[in-house]
Amino acid sequence: MLHTLSVKQMSEKLHAGEITSVELTQHYLDRIAQFDPELNAYVTVTPELALQMAREADERLQNGTAGQLTGIPIAHKDIFCTDGVKTSCSSKMLDNFIAPYDAHVVTLLKKAGMPILGKTNMDEFAMGSSSESSYYGPTKNPWDLNAVPGGSSGGAAAVIAANLAPMATGTDTGGSIRQPASFCGITGIKPTYGTVSRFGIIAYASSFDQAGPMSRSAEESAWMLNAMSEFDQRDSTCLEQERADFAAELNNSLEGLKVGVPAEYFGEGLDPEVEKVIKDAIAEIEKLGATTVPVSLPNKDLAVPSYYVLAPAEASSNLSRYDGVRFGHRCEQPKDLEDLYKRSRAEGFGAEVKRRIMVGAYALSAGYYDAYYLKAQRLRRMVHDDFTNAFEQCDVIMGPVAPTPAFNIGEKTDDPTSMYLADLYTIPVNLGGFPGMSIPAGFANGRPVGLHVVGPHFSEAKLLNIGHQFQQVTDWHKQMPEQYS
Amino acid sequence: MSWEVVIGLEIHAQLTTKSKIFSGASIAYGAEPNSQACAVDLGMPGMLPVVNHAVIGKGIALGIALNAELGKKQVFDRKNYFYPDLPKGYQTTQMDYPIVGKGYLDIDVDGETKRIGVTRAHLEEDAGKSNHGIVPGMTGIDLNRAGTPLLEIVSEPDLSSAQEAVAYARKMHELVTFLGICDGNMQEGSFRVDSNVSVRRPGEPLGTRAELKNINSFRFIEKAIEFEIERQIELIENGGQVVQETRLYDSETNTTRSMRTKEEANDYRYFPCPDLLPIHVSDEDIAAVRATMPELPGAKRARYVSELGLSEYDAGVLTSSRAMAEYFEALFEHTGSKDAKVCANWITSDLAGALNKAGLDISESPISEQMLAGMISRILDDTISGKIAKQVFEAMWKGEGSADEIIEAKGLKQITDSGAIEALVDEVLANNPSQVEAYKGGQEKMMGYFVGQIMKASGGQANPGQVNKILKEKLS
Amino acid sequence: MSIGKSEVEYISRLAMIDVADNEVEQVSGKLSKVLDLFEQMQAVNTDGVEPMAHPHDVAQRLRVDEVTETDQHEKLQKVAPATAKDMYLVPQVIE
Repeated sequence: MLHTLSVKQMSEKLHAGEITSVELTQHYLDRIAQFDPELNAYVTVTPELALQMAREADERLQNGTAGQLTGIPIAHKDIFCTDGVKTSCSSKMLDNFIAPYDAHVVTLLKKAGMPILGKTNMDEFAMGSSSESSYYGPTKNPWDLNAVPGGSSGGAAAVIAANLAPMATGTDTGGSIRQPASFCGITGIKPTYGTVSRFGIIAYASSFDQAGPMSRSAEESAWMLNAMSEFDQRDSTCLEQERADFAAELNNSLEGLKVGVPAEYFGEGLDPEVEKVIKDAIAEIEKLGATTVPVSLPNKDLAVPSYYVLAPAEASSNLSRYDGVRFGHRCEQPKDLEDLYKRSRAEGFGAEVKRRIMVGAYALSAGYYDAYYLKAQRLRRMVHDDFTNAFEQCDVIMGPVAPTPAFNIGEKTDDPTSMYLADLYTIPVNLGGFPGMSIPAGFANGRPVGLHVVGPHFSEAKLLNIGHQFQQVTDWHKQMPEQYS
Repeated sequence: MSWEVVIGLEIHAQLTTKSKIFSGASIAYGAEPNSQACAVDLGMPGMLPVVNHAVIGKGIALGIALNAELGKKQVFDRKNYFYPDLPKGYQTTQMDYPIVGKGYLDIDVDGETKRIGVTRAHLEEDAGKSNHGIVPGMTGIDLNRAGTPLLEIVSEPDLSSAQEAVAYARKMHELVTFLGICDGNMQEGSFRVDSNVSVRRPGEPLGTRAELKNINSFRFIEKAIEFEIERQIELIENGGQVVQETRLYDSETNTTRSMRTKEEANDYRYFPCPDLLPIHVSDEDIAAVRATMPELPGAKRARYVSELGLSEYDAGVLTSSRAMAEYFEALFEHTGSKDAKVCANWITSDLAGALNKAGLDISESPISEQMLAGMISRILDDTISGKIAKQVFEAMWKGEGSADEIIEAKGLKQITDSGAIEALVDEVLANNPSQVEAYKGGQEKMMGYFVGQIMKASGGQANPGQVNKILKEKLS
Repeated sequence: MSIGKSEVEYISRLAMIDVADNEVEQVSGKLSKVLDLFEQMQAVNTDGVEPMAHPHDVAQRLRVDEVTETDQHEKLQKVAPATAKDMYLVPQVIE
């Protein structure tokens, strides 16, 4: 079956002329039509665009201008503006928004020749860890339809797990690539902040947001990251320095690798079955020549409150542009200006988005700025420094992505803070802008579990090397839910 | 009992860039609605700001001119509030780390120099414009102006009269236009002055201030402040209280009126813009700006007096705008840098008069520096007299050609042949025997009469110096 | 820390999000819980720690002053809820 091939195999067959991109793309479109109604992983499917791009890819494959990823279909998270395609951020606010431009990432992946299958479901405005806050309803976890796929890039993780796309884009502000990758048993990497342009990505929290690839294997993610990370002067925080070849180190040996294992990542609240999976995975890495060293991240617990002050503060301002004037939802018959604003926003935003906007506005308001916002920024530095100190003793840090495997749909929707605390291992990484990766490492209670690998700034090639070497001796990343294999 | 007036000004100077502060859209004035509002200016989803390099150099130039502390580290903050002309729901501005820190500007009022403190100047983006009456009951929003770079220059409350306030505003206007960082066009809103006015009894704490906004001429600013001072004093003396509010000036009635009945305390929730990193300005950057800065008007004025020997008055007129000073300096150079006074006189009297009559700015003068220099050179080399030059000037103004062409065509060349002049002198003396008698009898003022007669006989073309010399010889 | 009705109203005005009377209690309850999370920060001594706004301590790259954008108002206004004469419409603003 085409969809069970690796991207490498697909690419070989495309280049050898054994299959065409149109066939491959049509195959995925057929699967989407068949399976997406139950999974709800796509907000929008774009068959015409996909096939048009596939035909163009086939021309390139014939005339010798095709690259590694030319002809491989892709699904974009609905946070990436896509010219001429609805880009909703899974919000009623943008339900009618047809983006008039492409995000830089979309431009680059179009240039690479990757046909766009559609836009994937997510937590509204990327605020959430379960994809349940989508205006279009929750996405289901292909491994267990009662479980959430994680979030906010839950749709992206689900389409990879269910073979409804071979590759997908995601964004990660507090764990939104890694946690759904863990919950759905796929590979996902959040690069160093500033590696991928944020231009055209609908902002949640600007100093944390970073886009990255989601796929089955680390090797595939490396290829995709190479294609999507070109410097872009339109994002003032996009780093100008030359990008490494993220696939260059894939085949390096892990001999001599020093793995930091923070005690704080194995404490109270960690599901024992998850803990076992992680410890087994680290043991597997040791077999490949790595050694472990205990490291300490003493301020880990401060990361969650710090993040939940800073990210909503930025969000409260970033989302002020949704005012019903130039785009997006506008209430009926506003009686005056304030009514236009208040009702358009109350109707257009869902409960969690409204909560974060209000919390963020409060944290910045007169009298609370020092106690909340500035305090949180100081804690951010302390958390960041914990990591840089740890990286003096080790090359990378390993631990769980999340304390539990995927939880059930509806399990945490009533208590926002319990949902927030589920991000306790991923958030610290965003505070420091470090790269972090989740790779499939086993199952707990029948649901997938990812190994979290975090490195210093600009260590993506090393992380992907570790992922690839691990995937040479394990097959967790090749496992698929039976009904979607 | 007497009253003390306390005034502080906030001046918004639009910077003379090509593109906006955070986007590549044009800032040209008067375009069709929203034709210069790009996706970044509109705050469309996913759009991000990128700082225009030019605004930094222009801000630093003002800082140098104000002898101010320069912001070597600058941070753009977001000022959050909702308004239809503010597309993103926040204005990007500099709160804690502005480009210009404490500085000062010296002003002259009634012959006295007073130093006015400048608190700060910061970079920020302008908002769009609201238009009424497009559709009944609705306001139309044009966002062309949104994102236009502004420098907000905040003074200390050091101004103690309307006269001082206007002197300061004029001086700042002169400075920013001289630096070329702002075109100074008040009608188009390129230079906007907001005045904070309060009154108090001497020795008492500051009174409550009212803000006068968007007055587009210096004359009206002065009148508005004067009215406002009167209003506040009268109000307090009648037992009332000044309310902190924004007031609009009505030039028709020469009064101010309250702009909003309900002034809400705003909670702007400033915080550093997470889409932008801090800007660092190095000593080299500052040196580079300094190297390209024009000589400032004050320094120019002093130099014109001390080095070129011009009067204070002439020096003042010639430095009243950058274009004027540039015209003068080019003229002086083209005439071989010989006689600054002649150059100054021609600009301040004849040229300024003609321009004023035609309603033209010096930059639009039909007589270029080169043309005027051509004429002055002919005065200096005695080809024509100053009097004949006025004829040449008029002809040049009408576009009849260069000075040389006009002198040639009209035969205005000065008579410098001493034989010809001698003949004229002889003729006049012969025709006026009684006057010659009178002169010899001690009436020396007759000299002027003879010169006049000789010049008249020569059609104004005889060289006056030679006429005098030969006349004296003949009469002695 | 608990948030009362008047604070919910204040935040609603700051955020320009309408909170219906029957939602106030629920909103204040959930916001209070989030603020409890924030209070954990107060236990930590952060004296002398420089606030951190960005992951990287690098200087801002700047843009050359050039006009790079062309008139796109027709395309950009296609997604606008209400326009007339190329302008965005809002309920009348009184000045």
